[in-house]
Amino acid sequence: MSITKKIYLYFPKSETEKPIVYQLVKDFNLIINIFRAKVTPEEEGYLSLDVTGQEADIERAFAYLSTLEVVIHVGNKGLRWDAERCTHCGACVVHCPTGALAFADTATRRLAFTEDVCVECHACIPACPFGACSSSF
Amino acid sequence: MIFVILFAGTRTMSKSYQSINEKIAAGKAVVLTAEEVIDYVDRKGLEAAAKEVDVVTTATFGPMCSSGCFLNFGHSKPKMRITEAWINDVQAYCGIAAVDVYLGATQLRHNDPANMYHPGEFRYGGGHVIEELVAGKKVQLFALSYGTEDYPRREIRTMVAIDDLNQAIMVNPRNCYQNYNVAVNLSDKRIYTYMGILKARLRSMTYSSAGQLSPLLNDPLYQTIGVGSSVWLAGARGLVYSQGTQHTSLVERSENDVPVEGAGTLALSANMKEMLPEFVRGVSLQGYGVSLALGVGVPIPILNVDILRRTTVRDSEIYATVMDYSEDYPQKTGKTLGRFSYAELRSGQVELLGKKVPVTSLSSYYKALRICELLKAEIQSGSFLLSEPSQPLPAAQAMRGLECVGPER
Repeated sequence: MSITKKIYLYFPKSETEKPIVYQLVKDFNLIINIFRAKVTPEEEGYLSLDVTGQEADIERAFAYLSTLEVVIHVGNKGLRWDAERCTHCGACVVHCPTGALAFADTATRRLAFTEDVCVECHACIPACPFGACSSSF
Repeated sequence: MIFVILFAGTRTMSKSYQSINEKIAAGKAVVLTAEEVIDYVDRKGLEAAAKEVDVVTTATFGPMCSSGCFLNFGHSKPKMRITEAWINDVQAYCGIAAVDVYLGATQLRHNDPANMYHPGEFRYGGGHVIEELVAGKKVQLFALSYGTEDYPRREIRTMVAIDDLNQAIMVNPRNCYQNYNVAVNLSDKRIYTYMGILKARLRSMTYSSAGQLSPLLNDPLYQTIGVGSSVWLAGARGLVYSQGTQHTSLVERSENDVPVEGAGTLALSANMKEMLPEFVRGVSLQGYGVSLALGVGVPIPILNVDILRRTTVRDSEIYATVMDYSEDYPQKTGKTLGRFSYAELRSGQVELLGKKVPVTSLSSYYKALRICELLKAEIQSGSFLLSEPSQPLPAAQAMRGLECVGPER
């Protein structure tokens, strides 16, 4: 059965020359969907992507990545929502195309961030007057 | 006989500030939030509820640009008569006594490029300095002077926190707008306003009021809120020191006397040293500027049935007027596009000019509700007493514009 995992890879300077995405596709049969990337030779970089494939292949791919100096975070790491800074005004709601930022409770109008639904478009960052949304990049 | 007593008991029901304060001090006051009172009166009926309920708590949380604070730094050795000052690089007004300054919420940080590269980000300004002061953070004071014989020092650079200051008094010329415009953008490009980012061709709509929780919407004719009323300003005990700037009572109102546009305003003051950081928050509005979001709570004493009835106003009975912020608002054409109730606006989508428009808000209902609860708890515990206004807010006052006539020739 094929599954999809959202991952965030951080590359130190030493690993930016390696064609890692190519290896993930060729050696582990993974389907890659890159949301955001910055990989420049001689500098550190990052990749934010979905990988889809057989669970065993994904495990092998992670094992391969861990032999490199790449740091892997599973989950959405591209957008940070700071619950303390959020005032629940809702200014972000019409700017969020997927409903990741939405009122969780119609009575109290408490706002919540559903990480899984976020596509890291970053439209919320300028829309938030309180700086509650920020980019990891 | 029994009939007569009941009749007298209901029709003449009235309470005084003093009797309500006595009940509060004894820990026996019946206090409801502006949300709770709606169902309560539905259940009990107006007459019976008016006898029981002593206070209804109202609140609002949102950006309030006409805010700021007076700070007194104390005297350095040797002394200095400050003529120019920057706090965390944000300029404060110094045209008052030696070490007094006024820091305004919308003042930009020195060297902020503003809208030079449109839309500017406006990351930091007066509102953010006020937030950091209330949060107890150290801020940098940089001050200059020309030097005098009694105040020889010409320059100061030091770090201070709010507890190092003699006074930090918030003085806001305009808070708690009674109602407010709803903003849309009919133009072909996205615009950046104090109502947030408005998408082109009517693809978003912003309102900014706490609706049924908002203080002046629960007392539309200013029967209890006036100059001298006690208020809860970001957790500190404050007061209404004047009508707010742009206070306008002669506006269009619904049948329930609730304005359908911006109307009354309050000028508020309180000790910033007593404030809670959660309710004092710097605001950055892309392409527009900086501001300060504040939490305000106002208790309404239930002196009679009519005052109670007005506090039962609900979102479906409060209307706000939609304006185009790409043309009609800036050009002051007077044209409006429609009217919606806050119940419709809060549903998240309304239909305007044949188009379904997503709606958003700049005012936090969630925080306003929290403030209603916090103020209710303070009154119930006997620690927050009400005060009778010494003057009413102006009841028949229109708004003036500014005519630009040019210099005299």
